[in-house]
Amino acid sequence: MRIGVIGCGAVGSLFAAHTAQLDDVEVWVYDVSAEHVAAINEHGLRLTGVAEIHSRPTATTDPKALPSLDFGIVATKGMFTRSAIEAVADAFADGAVCSVQNGVGNEEVIAEYVPRVIRGTTFPAGRVTAPGVVQFDTAGATWIGPFEPKPASMEEVEQLAALLTLGGMETIPLRDARGAQWTKLIFNAASNALCSLTQMPHGRAASNEQVRWVMDRVIEEGKEVAAALGVEMEKDPAVLLEESIPVALDHKPSMLQDVLARKPTEIDQLNGGICAFGDETGVATPMNRSAWYLVKGLEASWKLEEA
Amino acid sequence: MSVERVCVIGAGAIGSLCAVHLARRVDVSILVRREEHAADLNSHGLAVSGKSNFTSEVSATTDPGELPDFDLGIVATKATQMDDAIAPLHGRFPSAVFMTIQNGIGAEELMASYGDWPLISSVTFMSGIRHGDHHIEYELDTATWLGPYHPGAATLETAEEVGELFVGSGLKAEVLADVRPAQWSKLIFNHAVNSVAAVTDLPHVALYARKERRSDLGWLVEGLIDEGKATATAAGVKLFEDPWEMNVEAVTTGQTATEDYAHVPSMLGDIRAGRRTEIEFISGALVHEADRLGVDVPLSRAMYQLVRARDRSYDD
Repeated sequence: MRIGVIGCGAVGSLFAAHTAQLDDVEVWVYDVSAEHVAAINEHGLRLTGVAEIHSRPTATTDPKALPSLDFGIVATKGMFTRSAIEAVADAFADGAVCSVQNGVGNEEVIAEYVPRVIRGTTFPAGRVTAPGVVQFDTAGATWIGPFEPKPASMEEVEQLAALLTLGGMETIPLRDARGAQWTKLIFNAASNALCSLTQMPHGRAASNEQVRWVMDRVIEEGKEVAAALGVEMEKDPAVLLEESIPVALDHKPSMLQDVLARKPTEIDQLNGGICAFGDETGVATPMNRSAWYLVKGLEASWKLEEA
Repeated sequence: MSVERVCVIGAGAIGSLCAVHLARRVDVSILVRREEHAADLNSHGLAVSGKSNFTSEVSATTDPGELPDFDLGIVATKATQMDDAIAPLHGRFPSAVFMTIQNGIGAEELMASYGDWPLISSVTFMSGIRHGDHHIEYELDTATWLGPYHPGAATLETAEEVGELFVGSGLKAEVLADVRPAQWSKLIFNHAVNSVAAVTDLPHVALYARKERRSDLGWLVEGLIDEGKATATAAGVKLFEDPWEMNVEAVTTGQTATEDYAHVPSMLGDIRAGRRTEIEFISGALVHEADRLGVDVPLSRAMYQLVRARDRSYDD
């Protein structure tokens, strides 16, 4: 069995390091960072934090070096989905490819390049601390299911889930994984966008009356779009938000980290994704749209300073 | 009346521009908050560069009790500091006319709560950059619109006299019988541009008027302006200028056409400097007016609340 992890940032590294521990699984890693790839090949991939793991996947920056693969796990940032899957598509001519990325819209892009696609949502998080070394911050489950317009078979979904779980990443196979995806999407759209715009950590923003009013409206709109799509939520994102305040009081969501580092954000896949599906289903999403415009404006402010 | 003595209250950019120009024609006294500021103005005078180039003699003080008598008081403090500046004038200068020149709406009502002076409303589009306490750069020489405040007692003739004084001293001014349409045009423009700038950290550039891609910022600016227009309509105010056109013009003509210029709206300047913003007098005033009139303004309310969340002066 051969697996390819496409994009080996924090989340990709979690999947690669865990599965590479399995005896009968050959794990390949594709990433554009030559430094990270060289470190993985030389010293292996090391996780610290929630779990201490040291394993040896094979890494490459050259898509042509990839052999034919049975499963793909795409973990790039949303804005790199197309260029990444386009580069590696040949390796999956007879494989099933699963997205574990943030937001919505990634599976649609992947389906343009490979025959069978799996929808995925993952909660574990971490950060790359040095080439080949990843700090594993938060454990959590992963939900996967066939991507209906171009699905992998349920057998494949179950096979991948069993393999990931065996490797130490708890994964739940579902016939319809949209509920989990939209739950996380809506939660992220509220938290990431508003933390980025106010530069407040998660729990502080969610317990600020002014900010919460906007977050609640972002969530309401997201739920209306999900309902129009016929998606049954895994959990109410509003409840998830309330429960997350004490545990993530000073946590900086990934988008806020991106903003502080002045890196392009995943706003197109989060609030932008809700707007796109809102347009498709005829649901108005003014508050998500405003958050989308504002984060785009924020990104534009950096270019202005460089100019 | 005849305006021969003017007192400028607050010498930020707008107050300094008024003071330095008017002092060419009349005696100008200035009321400021900081001792060093007053001392600096008294020893060096006030210099202007840019669209005008000269230095004027002025007399400055931090003590309202020391102010000489005046015919016209120009209240040019930030809206946030107006209350503190005006309170000590209560019951004094009974023969003076006062002119408010703040951003937003509500300054005249605040003046009226401290005295029954005749009032002139104004809205200014000029801008300046302070280079220290006694040097102001005259940046945009756009007009100031002024007129009698209703239901105050200032007459159109008084407003015309003030307008002539402005023009005669090198500023641009236009006198209107009713300033509200102009005030609301600027209020809505300021609300949209300043709140977006304060949240995004983006100066007022072409992106504010762009509506090409689905995620372009122009759509939000337009949405905020549309909510403002609906509120103005409900308030019975017919706008003097379309705020969207003002936005487009500001980023496509003159100096602002190039991104090098990148005008930093005052509210963004306040956020960057950690100062209290004028959000309550601009977006706050608009949202409260909309609430009172029963107009739904969700985007404006969101911006109002996000700026308050960004304004660290609300932290306690």
